[in-house]
Amino acid sequence: MNLAARKSFIELSARERARAILDAGTFRELLGPFARLKSPWLPLQDIVAQADDGVVVARGRIQGHPAVIAALESAYQGGSIGEVSGAKIAAALELALRDCERGERVWPVLLLETGGVRLQEANLGLAAIAEIHAAIVALRRHVPVVGVIAGMVGCFGGMSLAAALCSRLIMTRQARLGLNGPEVIEQEAGITELDSLDGPLIWSLMGGAQRHATALADTLTEDDTDALARAVRAAFKLPASTPRSEQVEAFCTRLRQIDPANPPTPLALRQLWSAEHPR
Amino acid sequence: MSAAPSPNSRGLLWFEALTAQSGRVSDAPATLRSADAQIGAELTRCIAVVPDAGSRFPRARQGEVGLEEAWSLAREVRRAMAMPAVPRRALLAVVDVASQAYGRLEEMLGIHLACAAAADAYASARLAGHPVIALLVGRAMSGAFLAHGYQANRIVALDAPGVLVHAMSEEAAARVTRRTVEALRLLGERITPMAYDVRSFARLGLVDVLITGVNADAPQPQDVARVRSALEHAIAAARAAPADLSNRRHSPQARVSRAASIEVRTRMAAEWDVP
Repeated sequence: MNLAARKSFIELSARERARAILDAGTFRELLGPFARLKSPWLPLQDIVAQADDGVVVARGRIQGHPAVIAALESAYQGGSIGEVSGAKIAAALELALRDCERGERVWPVLLLETGGVRLQEANLGLAAIAEIHAAIVALRRHVPVVGVIAGMVGCFGGMSLAAALCSRLIMTRQARLGLNGPEVIEQEAGITELDSLDGPLIWSLMGGAQRHATALADTLTEDDTDALARAVRAAFKLPASTPRSEQVEAFCTRLRQIDPANPPTPLALRQLWSAEHPR
Repeated sequence: MSAAPSPNSRGLLWFEALTAQSGRVSDAPATLRSADAQIGAELTRCIAVVPDAGSRFPRARQGEVGLEEAWSLAREVRRAMAMPAVPRRALLAVVDVASQAYGRLEEMLGIHLACAAAADAYASARLAGHPVIALLVGRAMSGAFLAHGYQANRIVALDAPGVLVHAMSEEAAARVTRRTVEALRLLGERITPMAYDVRSFARLGLVDVLITGVNADAPQPQDVARVRSALEHAIAAARAAPADLSNRRHSPQARVSRAASIEVRTRMAAEWDVP
């Protein structure tokens, strides 16, 4: 691809990302900064609360179809999920569900860029994430829920489960997806388990290319705004398939074939779990 | 042969107290227990994750939810959904989970998807009309709780030391927030969602029934009887209520502690359609 013609999606703010995915001129933000719905918990800890709590929710259209996007802003508190930011995502999904149940299909898109729970709001962040999971599972029966992980933060913690629950998951090479962030693994299991500064190792385990090659993500795109928008549009056109998180027997079988004492390398796993491999 | 599970597993203790069975499943690891308990007039499928020093995956030997545990949870929940029963069989997650398993292999093999599959199964059971109850008897931590218990219609908890709910262990949370463990504890006393103890968690409106005066480590017959009675009521309440999680915002505590969660929903609904 011609680098000069490429417009980075990663470098966009959450608001710009949401605008770029929606059809031109259709972006309408809900509970934007002027709604002044801030974290009630951060000021108690002498942390300045941002007026949108780091989540942009927008209604609009995708190829003329009613849509809603929730985009996480990684520049604010690492895209972490607090009470308000989590509630904004959950509420958007719950309202989309309500419309779908009335027969008015709304296409939901999640732009995930998050370290997971905001520890300053710990249990209320975790509670919101459980509600996001509940909403995705319920909504997915009516309409595909499309997740995008563009990078550079990636998608970790409880929100990695949200990514895994999506009907379709789009990633870039720069993106990472994992339950435990490398720093947390190093803290909990030691540096011999995982050196959190070893970038190539981390990307080989949980980077977008690896997740796509092992069929844990559906689409791998370049960091290009048009390519991402195209991938989202295409995701809504794909024929229905069993969500990954419902393919329990297939993954139990795959897991039985792994010997933890002699585990495959990331490259070998691509052979074992490739998309061509029946799952 | 697997070594015996750690005897101080509250999860196993309460699982056995309620089911009077070992709950071993032929095609699941010894860390996963699943069996029926008589709760009131009905058989309820109880599921627990317990420690096993001989577990195949070393990072999931001390009560963590690892890859095998999470996928086995998903399978056992879906099996219970397939059992013929009228009304639909209630599911009980006996929760004492230290954390998700932290490891390089776990990440590569997609522990995020494994935990999602377990959460998916519980949520799907709830949506299909199975009452899903979580019984918190020990630790309910982070991704492990999201996979095992947090999709329940009703959360019942023992009011006892060692019943803990949080997003991250104290040590890791201290490092990530650049604070000392002591400073974190002091903050938890002031900032309710940062606390670890179950009473603080209940103050957020996230516990439907808090059972006081029960010996969590050595339950007596009267303790077990009280828990059964609370579970019976929780199952009945779940059957009579919507299958979503909206009840978590309806309690008097939630109206105060989760006022922002409620306000976001009210105001977004008002802005949803073009005025």
